[in-house]
Amino acid sequence: MIQDDEAAREARVEDEERRVHRHPNYMAIFWWLFGLTAGEVSYSVFTHPPRAVLMSVLVGLAIVKATLVALFFMHLKFEKKTLGIIVASTLLLGVILVSVGMAEKLLPRP
Amino acid sequence: MNHTAAATFSELAPPAHHEEPVTGIPHDKLGMWVFLCSEVMFFTGLIGSYIVLRFASPSWPHPGSTLNIWLTAGNTFLLICSSVTMVQALAAIQRGDTRKMKLFLCLTLLFGASFLSVQVVEYWKLLHEGFNPHVSLFGSVFFTTTGFHGFHVFCGVVCMAFVTGKAFLGKYTQAHHQGIETIGLYWHFVDLVWIVLFTIIYLF
Repeated sequence: MIQDDEAAREARVEDEERRVHRHPNYMAIFWWLFGLTAGEVSYSVFTHPPRAVLMSVLVGLAIVKATLVALFFMHLKFEKKTLGIIVASTLLLGVILVSVGMAEKLLPRP
Repeated sequence: MNHTAAATFSELAPPAHHEEPVTGIPHDKLGMWVFLCSEVMFFTGLIGSYIVLRFASPSWPHPGSTLNIWLTAGNTFLLICSSVTMVQALAAIQRGDTRKMKLFLCLTLLFGASFLSVQVVEYWKLLHEGFNPHVSLFGSVFFTTTGFHGFHVFCGVVCMAFVTGKAFLGKYTQAHHQGIETIGLYWHFVDLVWIVLFTIIYLF
């Protein structure tokens, strides 16, 4: 029984050490964020694509940037799955909320 | 009798602070994440309203004709820098380097305050040019959405100042630094929201 407790404690310590000491290259992520932001602004200001294309590209880039921040700066990539499930549930609710609002405009009226 | 009473009390007493949480996630971190989830829904409401109004409106001004995109792009850069310094502060204290932790916390505070200052200047210029919440639907949602985000940044700066003060008082160590991780989560969230807001409001 005591051995089991000790083994569990050691496993937790190892897990904590792995979580604490495993740092990604933050400066590389910074440069990615900087480059993507510069790309976004340039694309929006200097080019004149069709509106739908512009929106798709910009939203895609914003999602990539937001994902980088959440995964590496907020360490979601290294956290327990429970936390990922909590966040994913919230995002799903958010998507549903916006989709219902958009449906009012996009779907044909009866 | 006394022994029984003591045993009953120990069964009823709340768990000790250092007890391992069932989820494996420290309570304050889990609490912050749950709070951030509620904030996600709050901003989803604002952003969703903006998108719906934007698509439903037959004429919508091009943001570039009213807003200073380059100024705000610079401000976005400041907020991204603050996120990097924040995460570096956490990495520093996890290595036990308190000197760098203090330096990076101060830089984060500086970047955050600079972001707010630029936003105040932007608002002042826009109001001076006659662009206000009453002038159009765009003006209304612009000031509501960016204003609420600015308020969140302001709260973050106040909390960051508190945490930085505690850091200078030597309250954080390599073993005990949960406060820095918790404020860091909030700070990165504010940065994340701005990344989305900047794209949707300024660049579409």
